Amino acid sequence: MEATIASDSTGTSWSGGNNNPLGSSYGKMMMWFFILSDALTFSGFLGAYGLMRFKFIESWPIADEVFTHFPFLHGVHAPMYYVALMTFVLIFSSVTMVLAVDAGHQMKKGKVTFYMFLTIIGGLIFLGSQAWEWKNFIGGSYGAVQLNDGKIVQFVDASGHQIELEKFVVSSHSERTQHTKDKGVWFVSESSLPPFSVEEVMAGFKANPDVSIRLEKIDPATKTKTIVPRAEAMSYLNETKAVVKGANLHVNEYGKTLFADFFFFITGFHGFHVFSGVIINIIIFFNVIIGTYERRGHYEMVEKVGLYWHFVDLVWVFVFTFFYLV
Amino acid sequence: MAAHAQEHKSHTGLIWKVFGILSVITIVEVILGIMKPEALHLTKILGTSPLNIIFLVLTLVKAYYITWFFMHMADESKSLRRAVVWTAVFLIIYLATLLLIEGSYINEVLSPLVKWSY
Repeated sequence: MEATIASDSTGTSWSGGNNNPLGSSYGKMMMWFFILSDALTFSGFLGAYGLMRFKFIESWPIADEVFTHFPFLHGVHAPMYYVALMTFVLIFSSVTMVLAVDAGHQMKKGKVTFYMFLTIIGGLIFLGSQAWEWKNFIGGSYGAVQLNDGKIVQFVDASGHQIELEKFVVSSHSERTQHTKDKGVWFVSESSLPPFSVEEVMAGFKANPDVSIRLEKIDPATKTKTIVPRAEAMSYLNETKAVVKGANLHVNEYGKTLFADFFFFITGFHGFHVFSGVIINIIIFFNVIIGTYERRGHYEMVEKVGLYWHFVDLVWVFVFTFFYLV
Repeated sequence: MAAHAQEHKSHTGLIWKVFGILSVITIVEVILGIMKPEALHLTKILGTSPLNIIFLVLTLVKAYYITWFFMHMADESKSLRRAVVWTAVFLIIYLATLLLIEGSYINEVLSPLVKWSY
């Protein structure tokens, strides 16, 4: 039994003797190297995001104008608050995780159970928050039009603030319905229709003399999007191809589609890590309850899933910085 | 099974202290991100705004505290610590530097060709 069961975190879980390379148990070292490779994967994604952002540095969407929602504060411009809350949830679940590891070192089963439970709850809250963030991003806030060359043009009022399409466009109740497979040829489908047609937006724009447009281009002096005077606006709007509401992998009302692609991919990949972290935490949680680690004589397994959980938090710190702050 | 009698003393004080530090840093980041003081946001230093530099430094400080105290890197042997941390730091800086230089170059070539007036 001595040779096969680790008796502490630097125990004899390497087979073939009592040597512990780098002073670490097998499982813990492998977890560290898995984390290292995963960190490089995330760096690759964030690096690619940086490459594309530098490529389009003068027209990249401004995060403060994209993520402005907060629960129960409908219509209130609240940049950053929600993502800051998500960050706190994740940091706090990291704290309860490390408290569980600490209690494990002292072989306090009850405390480990309690803190593991809190960690799982924190992870679930974070996942729910991320789903809500995605919902808002996909649903969009103002609506915009896309020009023939793919550029996005947004609408602003006289004070230069963005306004919703609903504020100046009147729907004319056209007969156009969404094409679904049961209405026509079975191999053709289309995504949900935008709220207004191009003609309706044009008519609404002409009928409201206060409305003007805003380009993706950032004015370097003020770091805000360029507003085009109304007199010149029509030369842009004559190029209109489509009305856009919300964001998906093909089009993004806030600007560059690449921004949406990277947002979905990187936060999605991170969210998938959180999800698998929660699953692993649940498994270990039940193992703690049935006394597996009490019998084994140590709680190293809690420590190893703890490493993974902290890593997920660590990645979020970087995602937070590069998507929301910088 | 005689070995697990060693005493582990609790580190809860340290854990809450680190939580306090991480919280304060996050709050500072959020306040700066919302206020965006013009002196930091619209000026330029080392190729970007001082605000971005502050965010980057604060992020690295947070990463340090999470790795060292939550992941207990401080208690691992020096060899394991270096094998993981130095590898990551070197490769990430290398990749980021190349990609960002390449991105700026593409921007230099591309942006004069983008039409903004119709």
